[in-house]
Amino acid sequence: MLIESEILKMLRKSCLSFLLLACLGGSAYADWAFNFQPAVAPLADDALRIHNRFMVLVIALFVSTMAVMAYSLFYHRKDKGFKPAIFTGPTTPTLWVLSALPFIGLVFVDYVWVGVPAYYAAVTMENTQEGADLVLRVTASQWKWQYEYPAQGIKFVSSLSTPLTQIYQGAAKGDNYLLEVDNPLVLPVNKKIRILLLSSDVMHAWSVPAFGVKRAAVPGFLRETWVKIEKEGTYRGQCAQICGTNHAFMPIVVEAVSVERFAAWVAKKKAEQEALTTSAEKVWTKDELLQHGQGIYEKICISCHLPGGVGIPGVFPALADSKIVNSPYQDASGRLIKDGHLDRVLNGKQGTAMQAFKNTLSDVDIAAVVTYERNSFGNKTGDVLQPVLVRKLR
Amino acid sequence: MTSATIVEPKDAHPGYPTGLRRWLVTTDHKDIGLLYMGFSAAMFFVAGMLALVFRAELAAPGVQFLQGSLYNQLVTLHGLAMVFAFIMPFATGLNNYLIPLMIGSPRTALPRLSKWGFWLLPLAVMVLLIPFFLQFFGVGDGASQASWTMDNTGLDMQSRLGVDFTIVAVYLFGISSIFGAFNVIVTVLTLRTPTMSLWSMPLFCWGWLVVAFLLLLVVPVLATAVGLLFADRHFGTHFFIASGGGDPILFQHLFWFFGHPEVYIVVLPAWAILPTILSAFSRKPIYGYKAQVYSYWAIAFLGSIVWGHHMLAQGLPLMENLYFMYATFSISVPTSVLIFCWIGTIWRGAMTFETPMLFALGAIVGMLIGGLSGVLIPDAGAYSQYHNTMYITGHFHYPFFGAAVLGMMATVYYYLPKMTGRMYNESLGRLHFWITAVSFNVTFLSMMMVGLAGMPRHVVDYAIKYADWNRVISVAAFVLGAAQLIFLYNVIQTIRGHGEKAADKPWEGAVGLEWTPSSPPPS
Ligand code: HEC
Ligand code: HEM
Ligand SMILES: [Cu+2]
Ligand SMILES: [Cu+2]
Repeated sequence: MLIESEILKMLRKSCLSFLLLACLGGSAYADWAFNFQPAVAPLADDALRIHNRFMVLVIALFVSTMAVMAYSLFYHRKDKGFKPAIFTGPTTPTLWVLSALPFIGLVFVDYVWVGVPAYYAAVTMENTQEGADLVLRVTASQWKWQYEYPAQGIKFVSSLSTPLTQIYQGAAKGDNYLLEVDNPLVLPVNKKIRILLLSSDVMHAWSVPAFGVKRAAVPGFLRETWVKIEKEGTYRGQCAQICGTNHAFMPIVVEAVSVERFAAWVAKKKAEQEALTTSAEKVWTKDELLQHGQGIYEKICISCHLPGGVGIPGVFPALADSKIVNSPYQDASGRLIKDGHLDRVLNGKQGTAMQAFKNTLSDVDIAAVVTYERNSFGNKTGDVLQPVLVRKLR
Repeated sequence: MTSATIVEPKDAHPGYPTGLRRWLVTTDHKDIGLLYMGFSAAMFFVAGMLALVFRAELAAPGVQFLQGSLYNQLVTLHGLAMVFAFIMPFATGLNNYLIPLMIGSPRTALPRLSKWGFWLLPLAVMVLLIPFFLQFFGVGDGASQASWTMDNTGLDMQSRLGVDFTIVAVYLFGISSIFGAFNVIVTVLTLRTPTMSLWSMPLFCWGWLVVAFLLLLVVPVLATAVGLLFADRHFGTHFFIASGGGDPILFQHLFWFFGHPEVYIVVLPAWAILPTILSAFSRKPIYGYKAQVYSYWAIAFLGSIVWGHHMLAQGLPLMENLYFMYATFSISVPTSVLIFCWIGTIWRGAMTFETPMLFALGAIVGMLIGGLSGVLIPDAGAYSQYHNTMYITGHFHYPFFGAAVLGMMATVYYYLPKMTGRMYNESLGRLHFWITAVSFNVTFLSMMMVGLAGMPRHVVDYAIKYADWNRVISVAAFVLGAAQLIFLYNVIQTIRGHGEKAADKPWEGAVGLEWTPSSPPPS
């Protein structure tokens, strides 16, 4: 018996110290964050305030209940010779009142202490339209976000920019690993921005903790939320609704800038988009298209069709040696061939993960990526698809 | 002695089948109970292994050996298997074994139905798992990736075969639990010994009666939801597909109308057995018997009208969000009445701390943390920081593991002497408790912390700032998993006849009819 209890003690101790070691030992990142990310918008302020109000009481309730339990565990023991009582409920009117008190307190906490501020916060949260300065349209799709500023006439796609080697091959990870994108969303500070949410495939959720915003993008329906950023800076979030294989790789990056810098950014972005339209009109050389196409492929298509176009059998078809890729995309009279290469990229295939890229990629991008696929991975069609043709056929 | 001889009833009447035949043809409530418990305990280890596999992947940032698709499949299978193949059938096993003993009946009312319920389980598990293995032979694209809530499956989630099989498996699990529910209701209402009124039957019977009615209320709704989903996927309907005029949110409404009460289906059997164990080791009668029964009914009722708190981020109308928030807050009252009564039961008792008592006390703390961490979540003003983060995962493992599983372990230790006729090894039992208690809390508290810091759930990989917590979670999860092997060893040794012979009533303070027959009880 003695030996057994000794062993028990030892095991218990070593188990504890093992856990302790796991906690403290070799803390490579030393980042034990356990509270909300700093709030920079009214909704996040509300959430933080309510959370703190609630948490203090929750911890108080926990500690006081545990204290009562601990007292009982310590004193009401057989080995201390304590004689058990026999009551099965409150026995005197005073005890009845005393036992009712915690519950009255609980109702107060639920419905007044937290319930009232929560009411106002929820009402504020739904007040998306009043006094909105800017409208942003966010369209989610597997696994990227498209941002559109209807009034400014700007539209672009934002997707993960962390190199695949960092994710899959253990290359040294950057500071913003998995929380970085190619085209960040840029928003002005101190302006109320009404955010409209849409989805082109399955449900996703647009979530930036520092804004206190988390809202689903539901296919076929319009959802909305709003934000008014109070501080310049870069804020990061992630998709918050499981949406398929690469759900973990769908980050959101928002750069909040001054109103002036925002105006400059809008002007620059517009000029870029106009340049893109004009560049779609010029005749591209094969090398230009191949080079641009490789970039697009590695940014967008690679997550499914994989490097080298090998795909995953049964899930994502290989593009190397694919029948579709190696057949014509245009018939003799110049019409788009249904289920041909260009049609598949422009219009996707309903009911599969291959979505329509018509709305997210420009003429140049599509021409380039198709040309690239037709002349890489061992495919040797040799042909060149010009952006003007894409514009005509889309 | 071999396992067969010891679990074999002592005074088996002549002609009672033995060996394998006994398990196939038996209608004895204890044998059926043991079948349920044995099978679902095995599923506990399977589903736990799945969790450890994906926890190993999550131990460090970067994708090491599971790509996103496999990760999602494992999480989905873990959730479905834990809920449908472990916890629910295990509780059913306990009711088959214990309720007749507790109410002084030699049998359950519908043993054959109950047996049907059992034999559907291995079938359902097979259906659930088949697509996962088929993918390694190049058939299909694996199990469902849609998480146990089956979100997004009306549309494409790249798991065609997997989702269909999940739907069929959920149907089978559902039928099984409905059979179990009928058995409980009829048994409890008709087979009580004549002197036992409803108001004097053990709380466990009350708890299960409430669970059985809840099952009858919500399982058909789940079946409807997945049935319509199946029609959408194969018969060209558009219940949940917006392009045809349907609404994907409707699926969530139907699912959570089942899903929230499901939480109480999972924990109520454990809640209902706790007072019995606490009272036995405090040598003091149960405190607030009627208050607890009323609380069960109140929780069942309120629990059925609050499902929308799982959907606050989906953009429901303001009034719905407010309604679901305030309605959910109300459940904190009956739940804390229960905790109050449990503490009232040990208060001024003469406690001793055998393993069942340790686990029962652990379950009180687990439920306390589970409840307190949960009351924050329905807040319509702050949900954005909790929903679909690891905070949720940490939170719901408290009622599931912390209350339901610890509670059932308390039950197993408490009744093992009765079931096997042998005492289990007390030191190993305590060791099991302490390692479980520590590693469980480290695992799931850390999950809550990293969730508050913003880490989403259902992700195969995460940002650098979440790496520290995740390493701790994974290490603690493995310790937690290993501790359960001690439990397994201890139980198997007891079944095999190691350990002292158990008296008919091995616990000094135990009360109840179940202690009258011999240990193990005759068939
Ligand atoms: C989300 C995953 C995903 C992404 C990203 C993706 N595809 Fe696909 N792609 C698929 C799937 C799935 C199919 C098979 C559709 C079917 O069932 O016919 C497919 C099919 C194709 C095909 C037809 C191949 C064949 O032999 O059937 C082409 C060509 C193609 N994709 C090109 C692209 C291009 C170009 C891009 C990038 C702009 C891209 N895909 C991005 C998933 C994806
Ligand atoms: C060894 C013990 C366990 C560990 C380490 C563990 C770990 C986890 C983790 C990390 C997740 C979240 C994965 C993610 O969102 O990325 C999860 C999900 C889940 N777990 Fe556990 N778990 C354990 C035991 C249990 C038990 C006992 C139950 C229930 C009865 C349970 C039920 C669930 C459910 C329902 C989900 C949700 C699955 C989903 O979102 O689809 N788990 N578990
Ligand atoms: Cu997602
Ligand atoms: Cu719920």
